Amino acid sequence: MTRLHPTTTPAAERPAGTNRWLDRAHLVQGGLLTLMLLAPVAAHLLGEVYYVNLASRIALVAMAAVGLNLAIGYGGMISFGHAAYFGLGGYVSGVSAYHAFDGSLVMGLPGSDDMLVIWLAAALLCGLLALVIGAISLRTSGVYFIMITLAFAQMAYYFANSWPDYGGEDGLPIYLRNSLPGLDTNHALSFFLVCFTGLVFSLALTSRLMKSRFGAALSMARLNETRLATAGISPFPIRLVAFVISAMITGLAGALYADLNGFVSPSMLSWHLSGELMVIVILGGVGRLYGPLAGAILFVLMETLLGGLTEYWKFFLGLVLLGVVLFARQGVIGWLAGRERHE
Amino acid sequence: MSEAVLSMSGLHKRFGALQATHDVSLDLRAGEIHALIGPNGAGKSTLIAQIAGSLRPDAGQIHLGQRDITALGVARRARLGLGRSFQVSCLAEPLSVLRNVMIGAQALQGHSFRFWRPVSRDRSLLEPAYEALERMHLAHRADTPVAALSHGERRQVEVACALVLEPRALLLDEPMAGLGPEGSARLTELLETLKREVPILLIEHDMDAVFRLADRISVLVAGSVIAHGDSAAIRRDPRVRDAYLGD
Repeated sequence: MTRLHPTTTPAAERPAGTNRWLDRAHLVQGGLLTLMLLAPVAAHLLGEVYYVNLASRIALVAMAAVGLNLAIGYGGMISFGHAAYFGLGGYVSGVSAYHAFDGSLVMGLPGSDDMLVIWLAAALLCGLLALVIGAISLRTSGVYFIMITLAFAQMAYYFANSWPDYGGEDGLPIYLRNSLPGLDTNHALSFFLVCFTGLVFSLALTSRLMKSRFGAALSMARLNETRLATAGISPFPIRLVAFVISAMITGLAGALYADLNGFVSPSMLSWHLSGELMVIVILGGVGRLYGPLAGAILFVLMETLLGGLTEYWKFFLGLVLLGVVLFARQGVIGWLAGRERHE
Repeated sequence: MSEAVLSMSGLHKRFGALQATHDVSLDLRAGEIHALIGPNGAGKSTLIAQIAGSLRPDAGQIHLGQRDITALGVARRARLGLGRSFQVSCLAEPLSVLRNVMIGAQALQGHSFRFWRPVSRDRSLLEPAYEALERMHLAHRADTPVAALSHGERRQVEVACALVLEPRALLLDEPMAGLGPEGSARLTELLETLKREVPILLIEHDMDAVFRLADRISVLVAGSVIAHGDSAAIRRDPRVRDAYLGD
């Protein structure tokens, strides 16, 4: 029986180009990015290097969460093991710098302190690792998927912990920050701009990806797997490729994160980190492009500000998370920018 | 008689002690509607699952045209031209009707590992999707989320999703269920036109629709086909009256 739905307007009747760039969602997203860019510039002008580095940290944590959001939010793959890629990216940075520093070889290759080389290696290795982990894990679903991704990440954690060549549980310092041609990466603001570019790149990539055929198939794999298969597309390879891309983004963020701290340790591979990234995605808004950015800003600021006041800051984080899960199903970004309309 | 577009021969499927499908052989010929009826628990759903590819038969073959599709998965069969609709509608509810239909058009054009071009302006996807919706008289609902559709409209979207695959054979699982007399009559009309282009294997409870639409009817009871013929023959068959029609 046909019912009338007065709220829905056929596309043809909608006024052409209704202020697409001036609606609330775009203002909020643009505002977040502008804030993210201008705050460290202001801090730099005021001579507050600490806050410039804090902004770099937010940008990188956000970028790692953008990667995870592609898996969790867009692909419906609840990975509890993205620390594996974040940490692997970090170790690529650290190990490469270590060998570049003393001129030795790693697996027959010389180390490099060029970030471009490091990023390429980090992206490739993380992609490869995710291909193996994903090919096995994606045969399961639900709780089993969560647990198996966690198990793989813990394997990576204990491996790094017990391998003495690169510091084992003590971690590996990066004495000289890796370099980029034509840029002084030791300059806090310059390094922030590199991190910010990485974040913007990951956001743009996700956005573009989700509008493409691949994105349409991935959305359908999340929303209704049977429909996708019945339409003639096998869900497994689509998910696997999304999982690999997701890991590569998180791994790149990890490579930069090690450079930011001048240090990489097994803690970058630990399940705490996987959990924090997950919390950031949920806080910000699962499956919302700018959710991870909003979540990372909130998380890192709470950690820094509340963490300075009390060591029980995670209690308050828990309260906020509870509030978000109960009352704002699309996270902070859903609350700021309104609910998302699907096409 | 024309050649079979879809044929099953000697299908067997057993779950433990239950023989869900027992030596079922059916075929679907060009231009016809072949109805499959049977009481609840007769094994209709199991049989459909085997034809669609979500369940492997223990024995027997399924052919689409000349091709043996017995070992192929759901997605592969769909790309080869086996369209289906579900008993309980199976759509992505938050997405628009158009997006649900477009995904089929996308599958038909080869792999989906295309990461750059936005689908929202892709005419090669939009046009076939609109065409399929128009055939189901649903083009005016293209931008509506499936969640806002009535039950009957969802059924129509399902058929549109199958049509966009340019199917060689259609498998419709109780498309009339829950439609009401008016919706049911409209869909009956649609299927009558449709069968000239795509033969339809129709699983249906609505006996009025079956007797009106079907060129041939097969009756499934306890996993076996117990009777087979045109609607007049089935109406007369005492075994069918006994097992199913109950009068």
